[in-house]
Amino acid sequence: MRRLLWPSVALALVIAYPLLFSTPFQQRLGALVLLYAIAASAWNIVGGYAGQVSVGHVVFFGCGAYASMAAYSHFALPPLVGIPAGVLVSVLIAAIIGVPTLRLSGHYFSMATIAVAELVRLIVTNTDYLGAAVGLSGPTVPRTVLDLSFTSALPYYYLFLLVLLITLGITWWMANSRMGFYLRAIRDSERAARSLGAPASRTKLYAFMLSAGLTSVAGALYAMMFGFVDPESGLGILISVKMLIMAALGGAGLLFGPLVGAAILVPLEEISNNLLGGKGAGLTFVVYGAIIVLIARFQPGGILTLIKRLWSRRRRAPETTVAAEATHAP
Amino acid sequence: MSSILVQVIVGGLLLGAVYALFSSGLTLIWGMMNIVNFAHGDFVMLGMYVAFVVWTLLGVGPFLGAPIAALVLATLGIIVYFGLIRSVMKGPMLAQILGTFGLALLLRYSVFWGFGANFMTLPGDLVGGTFDVLGIRIQASRLLAGVVALLVTLGLHLLLTRTSLGSKMLAVAEDSTAAQLMGIRPDTMQAIAWAIAAGATGIAGALIATFFYIAPTVGETLGIVAFVTVSLGGFGSVPGALVAGLLIGVIESVSAYWIGAVYKDIVVYSLFLCFLWFRPQGLMGKS
Repeated sequence: MRRLLWPSVALALVIAYPLLFSTPFQQRLGALVLLYAIAASAWNIVGGYAGQVSVGHVVFFGCGAYASMAAYSHFALPPLVGIPAGVLVSVLIAAIIGVPTLRLSGHYFSMATIAVAELVRLIVTNTDYLGAAVGLSGPTVPRTVLDLSFTSALPYYYLFLLVLLITLGITWWMANSRMGFYLRAIRDSERAARSLGAPASRTKLYAFMLSAGLTSVAGALYAMMFGFVDPESGLGILISVKMLIMAALGGAGLLFGPLVGAAILVPLEEISNNLLGGKGAGLTFVVYGAIIVLIARFQPGGILTLIKRLWSRRRRAPETTVAAEATHAP
Repeated sequence: MSSILVQVIVGGLLLGAVYALFSSGLTLIWGMMNIVNFAHGDFVMLGMYVAFVVWTLLGVGPFLGAPIAALVLATLGIIVYFGLIRSVMKGPMLAQILGTFGLALLLRYSVFWGFGANFMTLPGDLVGGTFDVLGIRIQASRLLAGVVALLVTLGLHLLLTRTSLGSKMLAVAEDSTAAQLMGIRPDTMQAIAWAIAAGATGIAGALIATFFYIAPTVGETLGIVAFVTVSLGGFGSVPGALVAGLLIGVIESVSAYWIGAVYKDIVVYSLFLCFLWFRPQGLMGKS
């Protein structure tokens, strides 16, 4: 039961947050943290657990966002109805990228994801059906509650929390299933895993497709909250960057890593945008770039790995330091 | 063939030579250290801005801009190697990709912050105007860029295959421990490779700046072009990068002419995906 103590306390705090911090800015901030945590957790399945660094995940985010807005604009349906279509297209695109590249070294996968993201952005920008450069918008006035169009951020907060819990649940289940063990073996040594019979390419592909589908749900939620999507907000490379940096800062391949990363970076970005205005956008990404470089250089395991290491060193110091180091080797 | 099509193809070849030049840097580092530099396109972008600053401050064109850009970028390459690459090389794949990708963002948005997001151009007549050869109109700036890029790429190939420095670098690429036992310092050789690769992007950037738009985000597009070129040419192969670069330049120009300018990138990126499906080892690579 002690294992569940801290997670329960944390969950209680997360549930209480919008009631304790009840200004619109604070509630919106909380909702955004959860939204990005969903996207980053989805990225984490392929980027962290499978060790395949996708830098084009925004394409799945965009599929979800566009599908939900298209359901409203073209068929007058609630945006929610578009989600299955977005998930389906995302999983299909993941297969198109994944089948050829996941057999090759990880570089090909990363390059292919970035190229596909750009390809899709260019195609959508030139497709009138998808609103071209202007984008698509959702319902301005909610017709029924199913439209999920609210003026307050509070309903979004709890909706996103629910989806985040589901996402983390799926991740946890995957990590502790046969697939999770395969993935860990593949990440540590693909050759060894293959020689012991782990179906490496197929397992990585499944992880990628699962990750793509969940990311697409995050995109749909984003579009519902903001009420519109355009090529910049739905398919811009910087959204991929956010998913990747949040997961990596918190701890890639750890269940709560993306949530920690989102809880640090989303407020940072919102506050810097508020303080610096339009000029701040450039500076925010200078800082993001610097953070990514520093993580890669000094702490590829992210903050949670660092904390765990310090924690276990303090508890088991000094005679087991070597063992503690060994268990946390990347 | 109509003379316009010939003109389009010639233009594509000249641009493709510049693609080949900066892609050879990427392929050199990939082949030698098994690292893909996701900041490669942004190195080219920096080269363009160096050329722009040189022109703004000194009022001179690529004849001075290219050497200065090469020096600045080569220095940056060495700093990046010792500051970042040397340590992430030993780490997990995630650290390698994050490291250079973060560097790309850092460079792109530092320039964005310093110069703004506006597209800039150098004056069109900086290198001379346009002239006719056998009925084909050629811009002098494109001709200069293409010819110089071709010569530098060939020079790079000769450096790698015909000099003792090149042999040492290839030895490190083959087996760095064995090379070390032969008295070659892998660290020095890899730093030189980064200096050469980054210097090549500096020259390419300064050359392309004479006729291309200059913007902080141009590095993303050019970076993808470099990925396509390298995977088409087979990684580690400078001649492969040359052939692939010229080919992509022509494909881009012809598709821009036939289908429309906005679709040229779509054609090139789709081609890249087709290659990953059917021939991942590249045109000239062995399976």
